[in-house]
Amino acid sequence: MSYNFRDLLALEPLNADELGFLLDQSKPFQEIQKHPLKKLATLRGKTVALAFFETSTRTRISFGAAASRLGADSMNLQAEASSLKKGETLLDTVFNLNAMKPDCLVMRHAASGATDYVARHLDIPVVNAGDGTHEHPSQGLLDALTIRDRLGTIKNLNVTILGDILHSRVARSNIHLLGKFGCKFTLCGPAMWVPRELEKIAPGTAIRCVYRIEEALEGADVIMMLRVQTERLNDPPFSANDYVLLYQLNAARLRRASSKAIVLHPGPMNRGIEITPEVADGPQSCVLEQVTNGVAVRMAILYLLISGATETDTHPALEVKRKESANASD
Amino acid sequence: MSAPEIDRTLQRLAHEIVEKSGGTKSLALIGIVRRGVPLAKRIAQAMRGIDGVDVPVGVLDITLYRDDLSKVAPQAVLRSSDIPFGVDNMDLVLIDDVLYTGRTIRAAMNGLFDLGRPKRVSLCVLVDRGHREMPIEARYIGRKVQTSDTEIIEVRLKEIDKEERVVLVDRME
Repeated sequence: MSYNFRDLLALEPLNADELGFLLDQSKPFQEIQKHPLKKLATLRGKTVALAFFETSTRTRISFGAAASRLGADSMNLQAEASSLKKGETLLDTVFNLNAMKPDCLVMRHAASGATDYVARHLDIPVVNAGDGTHEHPSQGLLDALTIRDRLGTIKNLNVTILGDILHSRVARSNIHLLGKFGCKFTLCGPAMWVPRELEKIAPGTAIRCVYRIEEALEGADVIMMLRVQTERLNDPPFSANDYVLLYQLNAARLRRASSKAIVLHPGPMNRGIEITPEVADGPQSCVLEQVTNGVAVRMAILYLLISGATETDTHPALEVKRKESANASD
Repeated sequence: MSAPEIDRTLQRLAHEIVEKSGGTKSLALIGIVRRGVPLAKRIAQAMRGIDGVDVPVGVLDITLYRDDLSKVAPQAVLRSSDIPFGVDNMDLVLIDDVLYTGRTIRAAMNGLFDLGRPKRVSLCVLVDRGHREMPIEARYIGRKVQTSDTEIIEVRLKEIDKEERVVLVDRME
């Protein structure tokens, strides 16, 4: 079986078969992380452009490591140092990057939908590395891979997500992926971050919002923590102390979940705010496995998209046509 | 080749490998995905009958080491490699069904050397059909077959194909 992914912009439009395929394809790359010599020559001569219009450390390094372990080179654009500060438009910046002839663009942007917009104007594969509060597909995949490794399955699990779900693209990607495998979700956090509307974001997936952490953890197989953006506390008035008191994951609360429950966190963690060090470093925590799996998942994504694009027999005449129709649709 | 012929050939190859390696100490077989894998397992089985020793068998998928990225199949499905032993100082025998251009074996060697530094690597194939594009030869050969470029050797094994035979067929255009 084979699929043809041109871009990876979101997990929502993919079905369970396609998602399962992406996870399976990550496995050989997990093994490569254990080799003494981790560098392949598979994508030698290819270039991956990393355009992070919103700051990131982990994801950018992870994509960079994935590219270099596949033998590809990477070009780096960082928001602070870029000409965006000088008033260049997003499309102009991206077209300039594209004029340097990369084979793939990995992009993060603070605006939801920015990656889709850019992908419509480019004929190279585009990977969404996080767009606003929309999706973060590689994070969703690496979380699913971590869960599958630890629990043996991603089917029909009780998944509890804690924290600022309203603003979380990680939560959305996870719901769209795991929901297609029959997982049930419990979302929990302060009411301002867990509006009831979230119960309807993935039709066909069971999602409930609860506001007491004790209730949310009851019977959970997977607990996903989200980083509390401390800058978002205090507005509306909800102090860090209130958060710790009401929503911090500590060892006593964790005992309400299934005894085999695992704890995930996409990082960076605020130790002592959303999670206690005891839980973060405990046997149920998978945070470092997530990071290791992140490189494997991203290698699989780059390999699939770039090898897929290499195959396509693009005739120059067709390319012009495609461009025109892309412009016409705007 | 019929099923009994394949079986006899594998028995002979097992004997040859044990003989030329001077025993099964530090010997390991590496089956190349896909049809090299059942062949490697069967040769290991045969060796158990000769030396009474379990020779370790590893599995190697060479897709990522190919030199023709996606020219074969778009987004070729990757299968897992599984080499559950250290390859340092081992006497490794790569096992594959058909030796043709030699490019698969070149890729397999690259894959192996990412895992360590084996003492020796040799090659065992069920069928050698000629037309080499690399300076690679097999040390253990089941059968040599003269072929033309328009023909293909179809190896069908019961573990994968639910039937057992080797036939020479014309390439379908």
